[in-house]
Amino acid sequence: MKPSTLKYGSVALMFVALFFVPELIRQFTDQTDRAQASAEESLERYGFFMEEVSQELGVTFVHQRCDVDDPLKHIQPQIAAMGASVSVADVNNDGYQDFYVTNSAFGEPNHLYIQQSDGTFEEQASIYGVADLNQYPKGSSMGSIWADVNNDGWEDLFVYRYGKPVLFVNQKGQKFEPFEGATQFPDWVNSNSAVWLDYNADGYVDLFLTGYFKEDVDIWDLDDTRMMPDSYEFATNGGKNYLFRNDGGRGFTDVTQEMGLDNRKWTLAVTSVDINGSGFPDLILANDYGVDELFLNEKGKRFVDMGPASSMGDIPKSGMSITAADFYNQGDFALYVTNISEAGVLMQGNNLWVPTGSTTIDGIEVPTYANTATSAGVEQGEWAYSGAVTDLNNNGTLDLYIANGFYSATPNTDYWYDYTKVVGANSQVIINASNWPAMKERTFSGYQQNRLMLNDGSGRFREVSSAVGAALDKDSRAVAFLDIRNDGTMDMVVANQHAPVSVFKNQVNQDHAWIQISLEGTQANRSAIGASVTVEWTDAQGQAQRQKQSVSGGEAFSSQSSRVLHFGLGVMDSDTVENVTIHWPGGKRDIYEAVPHNQKHTLQESTSARFDN
Amino acid sequence: MSSSPTPSPNLMLPAGLALPKSLIGPVLITTLLIGAHLSFGILDGYQKLLLAVITSIVMENLLHKYTKGSFKGISSAYVSGISAGILIRSAYFWPFALTAMISIASKYVLRYKGRHLWNPTNFGVAMMLLIAADSTAVLSIQWGNHMWAMVIIWLVGIFTLMKVGRFNITGTYLAAFVFFAWIRTYFTGDTFLTEVAPLTGPMYQLFALFMMTDPKTTVKNPWAQSAVVVVIAFVEMLLRLGEVVYAPFYALFIVGPIALVIEDWWQSRSQPVSGAEAVPHT
Repeated sequence: MKPSTLKYGSVALMFVALFFVPELIRQFTDQTDRAQASAEESLERYGFFMEEVSQELGVTFVHQRCDVDDPLKHIQPQIAAMGASVSVADVNNDGYQDFYVTNSAFGEPNHLYIQQSDGTFEEQASIYGVADLNQYPKGSSMGSIWADVNNDGWEDLFVYRYGKPVLFVNQKGQKFEPFEGATQFPDWVNSNSAVWLDYNADGYVDLFLTGYFKEDVDIWDLDDTRMMPDSYEFATNGGKNYLFRNDGGRGFTDVTQEMGLDNRKWTLAVTSVDINGSGFPDLILANDYGVDELFLNEKGKRFVDMGPASSMGDIPKSGMSITAADFYNQGDFALYVTNISEAGVLMQGNNLWVPTGSTTIDGIEVPTYANTATSAGVEQGEWAYSGAVTDLNNNGTLDLYIANGFYSATPNTDYWYDYTKVVGANSQVIINASNWPAMKERTFSGYQQNRLMLNDGSGRFREVSSAVGAALDKDSRAVAFLDIRNDGTMDMVVANQHAPVSVFKNQVNQDHAWIQISLEGTQANRSAIGASVTVEWTDAQGQAQRQKQSVSGGEAFSSQSSRVLHFGLGVMDSDTVENVTIHWPGGKRDIYEAVPHNQKHTLQESTSARFDN
Repeated sequence: MSSSPTPSPNLMLPAGLALPKSLIGPVLITTLLIGAHLSFGILDGYQKLLLAVITSIVMENLLHKYTKGSFKGISSAYVSGISAGILIRSAYFWPFALTAMISIASKYVLRYKGRHLWNPTNFGVAMMLLIAADSTAVLSIQWGNHMWAMVIIWLVGIFTLMKVGRFNITGTYLAAFVFFAWIRTYFTGDTFLTEVAPLTGPMYQLFALFMMTDPKTTVKNPWAQSAVVVVIAFVEMLLRLGEVVYAPFYALFIVGPIALVIEDWWQSRSQPVSGAEAVPHT
């Protein structure tokens, strides 16, 4: 054989071998446990097991998508893609967490599920006066958040809609009445998310409300079909975001402009947490058709956009959910943002922004971040709405649940090809809904399975949804965690678009300890929204552990989990955790030592709470 | 996109500033990339682009040294690498390296009568979409969708192609695409603007300005070049009617090599073999 032939043969062999590289990588890197396990096996292997129990617990809610005006009918599933939401609160102060789910079709009621002492739920939205909120021209519900807006000790309810937002005041756990104070809420806003925060630390929760479609767009009575984004990645024609200052529980004043939050990105999700330990809550936004944003709070005087400086605001994607969590038990919040990925078509990947340090910009110390989603194994979602966080197996590290799926219609059909025709096109094409191809009942990233990413404690996550009984392939949107029956395990409610809500009861390895902290502000807002708690403990191996969590006024996508903070502790030799440190909004601090675990503690802000600085 | 369009000696630049022929392609695509990234941040990160470029250059020189005994200049491999770095979208690093490796290796393996048949990047990208679709996609939405960016890139690209005498390829393709877009409206029911919309995106700019005009993988005769791109546009229309997202890449992947083989066959029929030329006619 000629040498040249030998050389050609060896190069050809190498060439062929290259085609097997992806399969080899798949084999070596797959972090998915697909095999279904029994409850016993799951408890043994993963430390928990989940079971869908909606019907057994009396939860029968089915979300109905809203209709749209004729010029939008050809893409109705995209325009009316959201509205299935869930938020948790103890409505009647009986010590059991309740939850509220929104509907979107006109005439269809929202449901309020009141938990009974046996862990079942009774639907009482009509009794409480918060059922019939989906009526034209008032609007269609998209989500809700809870907080005690007047510090009277009862949880109040804010419902944002495509339409007029509405605030209900809790009448001592008996019913709700519309807020009677003066508000500057807009007459119309197309909102998909909102968050409570006490931005000025005056002891009353303020409200940040996002806009998606512009506020002059009425999808049921459309004036102009040029209402879609003007860019798939740098859109600037979205709805206005609003910040409303709570004036002592008597009214809400629009302070958006003076606080530097005038913004027309297509915001889909927002959360608030004190990201830099300043004592004042910051805002983090996930924008569709744009970059993630970080607004640092300058002592309640103004917000400064530090997204680019923090490295979060460089690469535009389709942000749909934002959650702050101490995934690595370092006492710092990482930020998890979900985006869109579709095999072979669009590979945005989800973002896990992990703190890397800080830099100083114009005298402001700005935390910096790096996206470590790939190395952590949480990069690949699909069409990912909520990325919600809790410790599902009480092992002491926070796990992640990703709600996937956009529109499940005719099986084995696909709208992606038509979608790419317009979204890659110039702004003059993409902006006009008339140019968007008809969906014709084709599936669009539908029938996707949600992912339950189990944190192994070393910075890697493993997908175990099927193995632990939490498989779900509906078009999921919102996810909230709560402890049903107050048994020290975090259970899960998933709101699915145009589908029944899914409630999962969690069964956890009893060897794993836990502690729950319920906070009540006295000088800070009574709901303690924005307060952070750091629990320090020593695990059975003698390793010092700490984890930080914050009381959230809304997170993920159209979600709000229980504000009773739940810490898994793993196997413990001691009966107590060493320290529970509370940082209240405004900068004060309380420290509790030798706190017993396996119980819930209600801690009130002490009058002796000290300022850190 | 392994090679630059064949340039004339200079692009109307002053004599002292005239670019060497081999650098026009790399300079043009680098300029576009830097402009696009600084304006709109089109890259996921410099590291992935750098990986594709370095892999491409190393692969090219290793294979060239191994098969031909000498190292090769970096110009062609640089364009292949940078093209892979722009076109491939992935959360991972390895698809960028693998695309570059497959692209370059294809030049050394898939050869017919002394020349490679596929545009290397076209081959690499098409293969990656087949073997690694779960972790790879192709640039489809970038550059801010702004009119001015689109116009500038088209103008710069077309100007360059006109100077190097290959605008007939891109021009004919654009005309054919528009015509077949009009035809497609009768099948899809979508508006003409919707069907022609992809042309306004950056993926098509890279495809029509760079990939289709690669001198080494296009036929020689200008009329034949135009005829081939009409066939490519036609095959693309068929693929689009089948809702294939990356129809242009596959159309070029299918038609390009066939056209080269036919050209070679045609030339072998019409021209005497070199040995026969030495035989005096009697």
